[in-house]
Amino acid sequence: MPDSAIIIPSVLNGLTTGGLYALVALGLTLIYGVLHIINFAHGALLMLGLYAVYFLNVQFGIDPYLALLIVPPAMFALGYALQRGIIGRASHGRDENILLVTLGLSIIIENLSLYFFRSDTRTVDTPYSFDVVEIFGAFLPYPKVVAFVGALVTAALLWLLMSHTDLGRAIRALAKERKGAQLVGINADHVFAMSFGLGVACLGVAACLLLPSYYVNPQVGGGFVLIAFTIVVLGGMGSFVGALIGGLIIGVVEALGGLFLGESLGQIGIFLIFILVLIFRPNGLFGAKA
Amino acid sequence: MLEINALCKSFGGVQASQSVTMTVPQGGITSLIGPNGAGKTTLFALITGFHTPDSGSVRFLGQDITCLPPEAIATRGMIRTFQTVQPFAGQTVRENIAVGAHLKIRGRTEALAKAEDVARQVGLGDRLDMDAGSLTVAGRKRLEVARALATDPKMILFDEVLAGLNPSEIRDVIPVINTIRDAGVTILLIEHVMQAVMSLSDYTWVLNQGAIIAEGPPREVVSDPHVIEAYLGKGMAERIAKREAASA
Amino acid sequence: MNQANKLLMLIVVFGLIALAPMLITQESLLNIVIMTLYAALLGQAWNILGGYGGQVSFGHAAYFGTGAYAVAVLQVQFGINPWLGLVVGGFAAAAVGAFIGFCTFRYGLRGSYFALVTLAFAEVLRILSNSVDFTGAGVGLLIPLERSAANFQFASKEGFFWVIWAMTFAAFLTVWKIGNSRFGAQLMAVRDNEDAARALGVDAFRVKMGAIMLSGFFAGLAGVFYAQYFLYLDPHIAYGAAISVESLLVPIIGGMGTLFGPLLGAAFLHGLSELSRAVIGDAPGISLVLYGVLLVVMVLFVPRGLAGLASHLRSGKPAESRVEEGKGHA
Ligand SMILES: Nc1ncnc2c1ncn2[C@@H]1O[C@H](COP(=O)(O)OP(=O)(O)OP(=O)(O)O)[C@@H](O)[C@H]1O
Ligand SMILES: [Mg+2]
Repeated sequence: MPDSAIIIPSVLNGLTTGGLYALVALGLTLIYGVLHIINFAHGALLMLGLYAVYFLNVQFGIDPYLALLIVPPAMFALGYALQRGIIGRASHGRDENILLVTLGLSIIIENLSLYFFRSDTRTVDTPYSFDVVEIFGAFLPYPKVVAFVGALVTAALLWLLMSHTDLGRAIRALAKERKGAQLVGINADHVFAMSFGLGVACLGVAACLLLPSYYVNPQVGGGFVLIAFTIVVLGGMGSFVGALIGGLIIGVVEALGGLFLGESLGQIGIFLIFILVLIFRPNGLFGAKA
Repeated sequence: MLEINALCKSFGGVQASQSVTMTVPQGGITSLIGPNGAGKTTLFALITGFHTPDSGSVRFLGQDITCLPPEAIATRGMIRTFQTVQPFAGQTVRENIAVGAHLKIRGRTEALAKAEDVARQVGLGDRLDMDAGSLTVAGRKRLEVARALATDPKMILFDEVLAGLNPSEIRDVIPVINTIRDAGVTILLIEHVMQAVMSLSDYTWVLNQGAIIAEGPPREVVSDPHVIEAYLGKGMAERIAKREAASA
Repeated sequence: MNQANKLLMLIVVFGLIALAPMLITQESLLNIVIMTLYAALLGQAWNILGGYGGQVSFGHAAYFGTGAYAVAVLQVQFGINPWLGLVVGGFAAAAVGAFIGFCTFRYGLRGSYFALVTLAFAEVLRILSNSVDFTGAGVGLLIPLERSAANFQFASKEGFFWVIWAMTFAAFLTVWKIGNSRFGAQLMAVRDNEDAARALGVDAFRVKMGAIMLSGFFAGLAGVFYAQYFLYLDPHIAYGAAISVESLLVPIIGGMGTLFGPLLGAAFLHGLSELSRAVIGDAPGISLVLYGVLLVVMVLFVPRGLAGLASHLRSGKPAESRVEEGKGHA
């Protein structure tokens, strides 16, 4: 049995990873909360964001954190266009159709990346890539700590946007009462696309914060998809706070699972949580029971 | 035949059923009336297992069916129809009705044949191969009736099968319901069309805000001041009585 | 087309396919026919649950992989004959279907949630097969080469052709029977409106369980065939997402809930990927990009698939989708 000298750093490490997961899940939960659709292309879009950050860095020498000014807005535009042009027209009254179309999109994005960027795994080199920060006696990678703080800030910004702006009010009105919101003159298609764009922009933020401590290849998104879904169902579909807490829980579970069961089996814990939560608490751990 | 005892159900704050107790005797047509939102559809859903009651019991043919799932209740011979019609869109009228027929009939050919018979009986004989999703409202209501009938039930609960029909369509459907009754099927129906309630049913129960407020032969029930107030608001019964006294 | 005509047509089509070994002498061409039949089998398996039952699965690799591993593990670890492994594989996959079905349908999971949970189950199986020894873990399993019909390893492609032909024909006959039986009528009723079906006495849980087990069984057979045809298996091949995607793509392109849809879809997909290989060459990912585009286009514009399109062209009536408008979102 590993003692606390291993467990504590492991938990802290899990928490920082969990912050990153939360960031990815925030976008997913935002999209779900407003549009009530599950975006299966979420992982693929994150991968696209990571490539954007990567190429900005190697081609133009732009620091990943500086790319925060470029990548999220670009991702926002992409998300807006995708929702307006494709996803918004796909349902034909069945939510599985959205899942299928976003699956199709993720296949397209992943394999185009494979074609253009090849399957090589790439990393960026920044002056701070290997810096560490000491917290409670544990040495944590500096980029992960930044990402953790970034996740909290992003969640706070999203919350501010939702509660204090006209767009946020329109989004919430539409999420709650579609017909009524349209009656008072909210352009549903536009607001839906804005929400989807915001969700994808979150991925842009995640990509910028993630890359310094991570890598990118065409398959990298797949690993995040089910994890992000797990976090979203754990935290309650559509809940920001839930996504944050869910992300941290999953990060810790993964770290401890890896510690006790080994890397590969540790992942099973995540999927089992996902299955059990969906079966027994479909509204999330913190939501009311259905 | 059907005994409901102190059935309660609330949705959050809304008391949709407040200790409803009622009985339906074998044979004949019993009706259930009440203003919008009185809890009539909810009561049907409670009886047929689509909602589980908070408390109370339902007995059908002498047996307790309170917590049985819908399909088990249907198998025992009690079938409900839906107020908002629920056709199997994309399937033909014949296929829709055959789903009902399959409750008792295993063979496909026999079930399809039975579906045809029933379709004729309810006046859908000319639309057998039509997509159920493209039927008119009147057609869909008939389809609801036909599917229920095809299961060979002992009792049918009709939820507003006449709503949304024009007077001539109503005149067409009423004999269909009478024929079903004559074949020995017990009927409980929810209806807003008073003329139909009067002409069809032998006995009426009145539900208001989740509670039974009156029962009796339809003609007596509609002149009950409680009932008039429930429908038309406070003070109406008095005013009507005064006016009738004045004109007498 | 009525049911008797469909059966006739089915027999004619498979009769024509049976001529392939006589007409095609080139092994590589026969290989395309074999892979098309195999895809049709996998797609038809998915179609039972997804097309006829309306339960969209993202994890059919769970059944495929179980069938494949069953035959391979029995052979490699226990020396059991693969023909026996074929039977075990089919039933093992059906049992996995029963387990997943019980966990999901018992608790009323539907729509996207069902899809995601099936995906998670397949992933769990992938990780498990990657971590235990008797599946060969990450290294995979190599089935020893021992060419003989008694050993389910044929010297020529023709032997494999007849096996996959028979399996696929059996799957299609089963689906024809579904379209012409009480079970099928109840299954489609549950798909189109579960509440209405239950009100008419349909035991939705039982019917869906039947569908997922049948579906699992045939997907398992496809897995067994794959293992014997390629004689190699690893967790990624057996339980990876690619199989799950292929099995749903085939019927979606061909026409969900139709008898011939999976055959049309399989032929179309394989034709397309051969064509793209001829035109673009063996660029990595390009044929998959095409698959993705097809999936998006079909769901968006041709929700009833090629079969729906065909019957639309024949009758001249609008090819409206089966699904009701206005019930869902966005
Ligand atoms: N699933 C539900 N969740 C929450 N509230 C419900 C639900 N079903 C019904 N209600 C509420 O219960 C009350 C009774 O509804 P019900 O549909 O039974 O009325 P009804 O008598 O059938 O009305 P109508 O004549 O309009 O059909 C209403 O206030 C309704 O809003
Ligand atoms: Mg009602």
